[in-house]
Amino acid sequence: MTVLGEDPARAGRRWREQIGVVLQHSQLWPNLTVRETLRMFAGYYVAPRHVDDVVSLVGLDEKRDERVKTLSGGQKRRVDLGLALVGDPALVFLDEPTTGFDPEARRAAWDMIRSLRELGKTILLTTHYLDEAQNLADRVAVIVDGRIVRIGTPADLVSDARGAEVRWRDEQGDHVVQTEEPTRLVNELTARALALGREVEALEVRRASLEDVYLELVRERPA
Amino acid sequence: MNALTTTTARAPARLFAHQIRSEQLIFWRSREAAVFVFLFPLLLFLLLGTVYDGSYHGHPLSEYLVGGLLGYGTANTAFGGLAITLVLRREQGVLKRVRSTPLPPAVYLAAAIASILAVFALQAFLIVALGRVVFDAALPARPFSLGAALAVGGLAFAALGTGVAALIRSAEGSSAVVNVIILPMTFLSGGFGPTRDYPRVLQAIAAVLPLKHLIDAVQGIYLDQEPVWEQGWALAIVLAWGLVGVAIAVRKFRWEPREG
Repeated sequence: MTVLGEDPARAGRRWREQIGVVLQHSQLWPNLTVRETLRMFAGYYVAPRHVDDVVSLVGLDEKRDERVKTLSGGQKRRVDLGLALVGDPALVFLDEPTTGFDPEARRAAWDMIRSLRELGKTILLTTHYLDEAQNLADRVAVIVDGRIVRIGTPADLVSDARGAEVRWRDEQGDHVVQTEEPTRLVNELTARALALGREVEALEVRRASLEDVYLELVRERPA
Repeated sequence: MNALTTTTARAPARLFAHQIRSEQLIFWRSREAAVFVFLFPLLLFLLLGTVYDGSYHGHPLSEYLVGGLLGYGTANTAFGGLAITLVLRREQGVLKRVRSTPLPPAVYLAAAIASILAVFALQAFLIVALGRVVFDAALPARPFSLGAALAVGGLAFAALGTGVAALIRSAEGSSAVVNVIILPMTFLSGGFGPTRDYPRVLQAIAAVLPLKHLIDAVQGIYLDQEPVWEQGWALAIVLAWGLVGVAIAVRKFRWEPREG
């Protein structure tokens, strides 16, 4: 296996100049300020990004001279991300970057990751949240039991699972139907409802999501 | 990125200087480090110095204390302070993160050791100064010899601290383990007062401890005004212990957390 043309197990300092890593469990220096922390890491690289630019990139301008211990959990994760970016890497590893985030913090993190992509960085992101993969990834690899079982764009993977899920409600109660022919089913439902001059209650048509694809792939493997 | 084509990496000497500055900032910003590692030996010196009075075998007890506390400071700071720091950083994932940067691991460790030795140097200076000002102890007649002995001791104990850090499994236990080593060792080695009248058994145990030989060397230079080479044998034993620390560190030191 090679990463950026080298075996990561043997790669040296020059290779490390080109990567940035955000680990899942890695604490910061509580008594340093945001800028001091970034400055320390900037000193390790030949051509680091300007510290103040990194502070802005991760949205911590107002906190830049605050000690890290006064930051919220989400702000600390942004410092983590800043440390991964300060060396101006070509390749960024993000290990479950939004685990434990509330929905708002997660959206903010997603925006940040998208802006990284716009900087032209390659990002390798691991996640258990499949909506995250669907929203952010250009390519998705599904790993089951440590092996890649499927790889492709989110659209490719989803289109593997043909069909859709149709839900509606009538006198007999709620219906959930998996069908390969959603058009025909919906047409029948709506035709009947129109003939009776009614609405189809609680009608919902959902294409398979990445999560459905994933669950299917996991199910295919005997545990 | 494009700088990669012109320069391959920052020079180790510059990285080392940069990292020492970072380490110093981290150390002095941390109240725990400043109090327990830096101030505690000074505090203990003031307390013991207030109680110990008179003289012993031709030297004021306060002067025995100066030499003894210099030894305790070596163990507490170069050994204990370093070991606890390294274990905490390993378990908190800090070492693993540093490993992902271009900073060479050897430079990182060397800077951590140099930084704690700088703290110890200041501490040693203050022990001598406080001894002079507060307890009327003599200034060292051979300051360079004393400095050389303490440098050997500091390096050897820092190596032992790195080795012990590699053996300690959890962050919670690190401070307890380190103190269980340091306090009895200091007591047996004469760090808290002369041991000439201790029971034979205790003296026999002390004879294998590195701190005993460091304190003997320091007292030979400070109390008896010998040059450092008169203490070559004692310092060689201290260095041998340091090599044991190096050997353990080389085999066992890990950059990844052991737990979680």
